[in-house]
Amino acid sequence: MDIVVLVKVVPNIERVRFDMEKGTVDRSSAESEINPFDLNALEAALQIKEKFGGKITALSMGPQSAEGVYRDVFARGAERAVLLSDRRFAGADTLATSCTLSEAIRKLEHFDLVLCGEKTTDGDTGQVGNEVAEFLGIPSLYYVSMLGIDNGNIYATVELDGEKLVYKVDTPALLSVTKDANVPRLPTLREKLEARKKSVEIWDAEKLGGNTERFGAKGSPTRVAKTVVPKEEGRKGSIYRDVKEGIDALLSVLEA
Amino acid sequence: MSVLVFAEMKGKEIHPVAFELLGKGEEISKELSIKLEAVVFGGDESTAQELIDYGAENVYLYEGEQESCKECLSSLATEIKPEIMLFGATKFGRALAPRIAASLNAGLTADCIDLRVEEKEFIQIRPAFTGNILAHIKTRSTPKLTTVRYRVMKPAEKRKREGRIIKKESSVDIKKSFPLVKREKIESIDIQNADIIVSGGRGLNSKEDFKMLEKLASLLGGVVGSSRPLVDDGWISKDHQVGFSGNTVKPRLYIAIGISGSSQHLAGMRNSEMIIAVNSDPSAPIFRYADYGIVGDLYEVVPKLIEGLEQKVS
Repeated sequence: MDIVVLVKVVPNIERVRFDMEKGTVDRSSAESEINPFDLNALEAALQIKEKFGGKITALSMGPQSAEGVYRDVFARGAERAVLLSDRRFAGADTLATSCTLSEAIRKLEHFDLVLCGEKTTDGDTGQVGNEVAEFLGIPSLYYVSMLGIDNGNIYATVELDGEKLVYKVDTPALLSVTKDANVPRLPTLREKLEARKKSVEIWDAEKLGGNTERFGAKGSPTRVAKTVVPKEEGRKGSIYRDVKEGIDALLSVLEA
Repeated sequence: MSVLVFAEMKGKEIHPVAFELLGKGEEISKELSIKLEAVVFGGDESTAQELIDYGAENVYLYEGEQESCKECLSSLATEIKPEIMLFGATKFGRALAPRIAASLNAGLTADCIDLRVEEKEFIQIRPAFTGNILAHIKTRSTPKLTTVRYRVMKPAEKRKREGRIIKKESSVDIKKSFPLVKREKIESIDIQNADIIVSGGRGLNSKEDFKMLEKLASLLGGVVGSSRPLVDDGWISKDHQVGFSGNTVKPRLYIAIGISGSSQHLAGMRNSEMIIAVNSDPSAPIFRYADYGIVGDLYEVVPKLIEGLEQKVS
């Protein structure tokens, strides 16, 4: 079972500072990391590989400066890592990103499954997985909260509107897993050391056939026209520092 | 040319986010002088009439399963060429819209909280970076696809209206879906439709203390919510999560217990009608958004509140 895992390197969103005037993120203010949701996709890939054998290829798009952090995928079980990096890929929205990623997947010799996380912490759209599936013309399942393997079959559970739906997954397919799907294991020191010996393949626009109209800002139908810092409206409420007084006030409000 | 609303079905009912999309869609379509239409899969003529009563001029009514609506929706869009397509940012809508967008090579904007027209241009507003920033997004493709958060926009007004129901044949590409091997009901709460929510945050010392909040919630006739960290730690299931990455809620009463009020949490509840906060830290941001607040130990305040309410009941 050959698996492609989509991975993104993102700033640590809990720590990153915002330039409120420019409405941008000061990426130097926090370390980069692998998008936490993608670790669940990597773990799922690893579990499937353990049962079926095969090869895990991590695929990412981003600046070459992301390579250092991205190498972590080797320690987490990927045999191969491809980083799509080219100035012509820059400024891509989800459609251009998905188009670029799917072109790269077509360039791989073979794949059975594409796995991805539910969303990224920085973009927070959750759109790329299914756009990639559509470009590849393969079926997909989103919000997979459990993956089971039984009798050589893969079963994916999706919870939707108070129902639990279990599907048998036929390949090729794309699955997007949630944080509930598994607990990503931590790489051992040895795995980390081994990972240092491996290298990330860098692919540019030429490698992907050079149809640059579809990539980056040029291939992106959406753009951010401006960013606004929301006004702190707040409410001028009654805040009680005396607990008894506060309780009395609340009780009379709650009664109403 | 139209604003086309995808009306999601939830069982035999229309998901209420569709009425909110029609409300906003009416505004947008008037400003752009184009029609407002809706498309629905499953349901019958009364479903279609309901969408008309909420403002749709034309309703495309497909028989058959909503699960396999992707091909039909793409070909409908190719046929009628809508200018804008609106989807609810539900799990279903969020998974469906990207497939439609890619099949049409169209731009898609996720999780919008407001839509407007400025100088004849369609503007989509969405929170970025956990709600710290609002991004205004323009799309140059036709159609322009948007998913919209549930419970942030006003639903359209329902009244007797005239409109056209256009019945369509479903063509299902079975190859493109997986065999369903099991289907069962699960326990989950519908926090987005709750009237009263009592939420707990990091101020709670242990998982068991949610029982105390449950008691308070049940006395008030409400449900229990949670901030993200406790869901991440597995103290309570994700259907209880309120916040930017959880559920947006707008109840009549929101009680935040031991929640400091990160922007991530505020983004999901700041529009509640009344907000009450209990926190030991007087500088907690939640107090700036509260109508009433008590600075104090939640383990003192909550039991006293419960006691007070019980006395009133008896």
